[in-house]
Amino acid sequence: MPAQSIWTLLSWGPDGWLDDIAYGALITVALALATLPIGLTIGFFIALAKQSEESSLRLAANIYTTVFRGLPELVTLFLFFFGMPILLQHLVRYFRPDATIDVNSFVAGMIVLALIFSSYASEVFLSAFRAIPKGQYEGGYAIGLSNWLTMRKVIVPQLLRIAFPGLENCWLSLLKDTSLVSVVGLAETLRNASIAARVTKHAFLFFGVASLVFLGLAVLSSFATGAILRSLGRWEAQR
Amino acid sequence: MRIALRIALAASAALLTLGVAQAQEKTLRIGTEGAYPPFNNLTADGQLVGFDIDIAKALCDEMKVKCTFVAQDWDGIIPALQAGKFDAIVASMSITPERLEKVDFSHKYYNTPSALAVPKDSTLKGVTKEDLAGKTIGVATTTTHFNYASKTYTDSTVKGYPSSPEEQADLANGRLDAIEDDIVVLQQWLDSPDGACCKILGQPSPQPVEIFGPGAGIAVRKGETDLVNKLNTAIDAIRANGKYKEINDKYFKFDVYGAES
Amino acid sequence: MSATATMVERPPPQARGWPRRRIAGYALVCLWILFGAGIVSYLVIAWNADFFAKYAPAYLRGLGVTLALVSISMVLGAMLSVPVAYGRMSSNRILSGLAYCYVYFFRGTPLLVQTYLVYYGLGSFRVELQSVGLWDFFKDAFNCGVFAFSLNTAAYQAEILRGAIESVPRGQWEGAASLGLHKLQTLRKIILPQALIVALRPYGNELILMVKASAIVAIITVYDLMGNAKLAFANSFDIQAYIWVALVYLVMVEILRHGVEWIERRITVHLKR
Repeated sequence: MPAQSIWTLLSWGPDGWLDDIAYGALITVALALATLPIGLTIGFFIALAKQSEESSLRLAANIYTTVFRGLPELVTLFLFFFGMPILLQHLVRYFRPDATIDVNSFVAGMIVLALIFSSYASEVFLSAFRAIPKGQYEGGYAIGLSNWLTMRKVIVPQLLRIAFPGLENCWLSLLKDTSLVSVVGLAETLRNASIAARVTKHAFLFFGVASLVFLGLAVLSSFATGAILRSLGRWEAQR
Repeated sequence: MRIALRIALAASAALLTLGVAQAQEKTLRIGTEGAYPPFNNLTADGQLVGFDIDIAKALCDEMKVKCTFVAQDWDGIIPALQAGKFDAIVASMSITPERLEKVDFSHKYYNTPSALAVPKDSTLKGVTKEDLAGKTIGVATTTTHFNYASKTYTDSTVKGYPSSPEEQADLANGRLDAIEDDIVVLQQWLDSPDGACCKILGQPSPQPVEIFGPGAGIAVRKGETDLVNKLNTAIDAIRANGKYKEINDKYFKFDVYGAES
Repeated sequence: MSATATMVERPPPQARGWPRRRIAGYALVCLWILFGAGIVSYLVIAWNADFFAKYAPAYLRGLGVTLALVSISMVLGAMLSVPVAYGRMSSNRILSGLAYCYVYFFRGTPLLVQTYLVYYGLGSFRVELQSVGLWDFFKDAFNCGVFAFSLNTAAYQAEILRGAIESVPRGQWEGAASLGLHKLQTLRKIILPQALIVALRPYGNELILMVKASAIVAIITVYDLMGNAKLAFANSFDIQAYIWVALVYLVMVEILRHGVEWIERRITVHLKR
């Protein structure tokens, strides 16, 4: 390979790797954003189950968080990425012998990250639930709101406000955890950076660029969360 | 127990039906590594190139099917085939008895020997177990070279790498005393500026066929005899019509096919 | 605690019959039982004495490497976290700025990237490192892992330390000062004992996170627990390689978690009334 200057390596286009890494950054963001709503929803319901009076629900939720907070992210990812398609294959073969099934690395990554994110987010939601006094529920019931309406109109708005800082931390972890999916071949930031490092042998340069991308995403997120918090504040003040 | 297992499978599968895609019948999806130049490699614009890729394209033309390529890390390439992420592996994969338990293979499409490379100033004289005692040898994991090294060089430390470029980088920067790999791959690297540090030490001998196999073949899922037959016919056809030689000469100055089987 | 907290609330009456949430709860628990039974039966069906004989010793060795890596990194990180936390709380703009950047970098980027940067990245600076005599250290993959992990956990531990010290009310400092204790004495005798109670749980969490994160050194050729699992999987293509390793990690994390809770109960005995 001819010796190339750093600027050629970092250029945009067929000779440079910048476009590949930028594309990877896009995948990183897409993966994190796709995981977020699923993780938040599961996490919320896990928290609900954990503070339920029904002990079987609490047990099921506790097993969930114990498992997914106890397993290293990498192990969970490998188990899902390699184990799940084989399981599914066996299953589908019962009905349609010639079908093949593919769980691509984006979906596998999304599921695994959602499992991990939700088990951490559920802890945040749970402590937020505990911070809301019982009187809020009773007030809701007293003015004749149903269980569901009390939850939606009275509890959830307060809950989000209290849980926000904790969820912000979960989001930052999620953003960083997306890099693990590179190990199973999703062409996100880190994977494209390591392909570049491998081909060009400029490891420090490209891993440095990858870390700058993640740093940039973290800075962007803190701007975004700041803006959300401000608008939440305004929205509350208007009411 | 079996029923319980099936129900458990059904339950966990229900969680996962999302994102499941039915494979297209007409295109053949080919998995390769993309970190094994000159056989397969990735370029800056994301293209897969190399001998394996050209051979695969020639075979697809011959079989009159449309082919798409998927890059997959080496140590997960057989599980990914089994998991249906692609239908065939064209990635310089040696036909070994262990692999034959998991997948089916076409006939070989090339066969090149294994060799060891060392830094130019190395004091190592030979490639026997005694020569390398106490040394650190880097090899890409899940390869025939790795199996050979871990069985033979039992007095050395054998370190597993995800792919060849990493082991080459660590030989160049002095973390390793030697690396074992395919001689063509080593030579390609030694001829590049990055490989200026190092030289070929020699080829282990003998190279037992139970470890190295008869050569590199195309792997498909077990029981896909149809596809294997088609691939074999296509390999014979491109060998006969000169297409193979054309690709061979594009990359090598000698015939990589090895002895006629 | 005030008297109102001691007033025992009557627990809500247990719902009788089969309300919807109980059905859901039982269904989910059954799902977990089936899942567990599925895994156990898989391990029984796929029981392979050869596999066990071949890889169990390797797993044990890997466990040793994992534990060594985590404990060395935690201790080094703890030592390094003290100056960083000091910098973070310092009123000197430059010092606190530097400490802030350090913490932001190591918390803002994935540990995987940091590990790659140290192992493969520093590999390209061999000549420079050799001239200052550091190459012998970075030659070894385990050392690179320890280096990256220590720097990373130092950033997190500095934040834990800072949070804990700042959680102790200012009055405690003032009180100690009025008794004539100087700053270091105050820190050691008054502030730290209170701060450590607050910090115990976050420290425990950080330890657990490190145990889990240590799995990534497998990617830089260290044969830790995960590294051996990867090797076993690569050689056997048998998913039980990962199931076993998952069980080991799960047990390890649970022991740590309950250990931290036990210690917390012990040292907060005086706070319970």
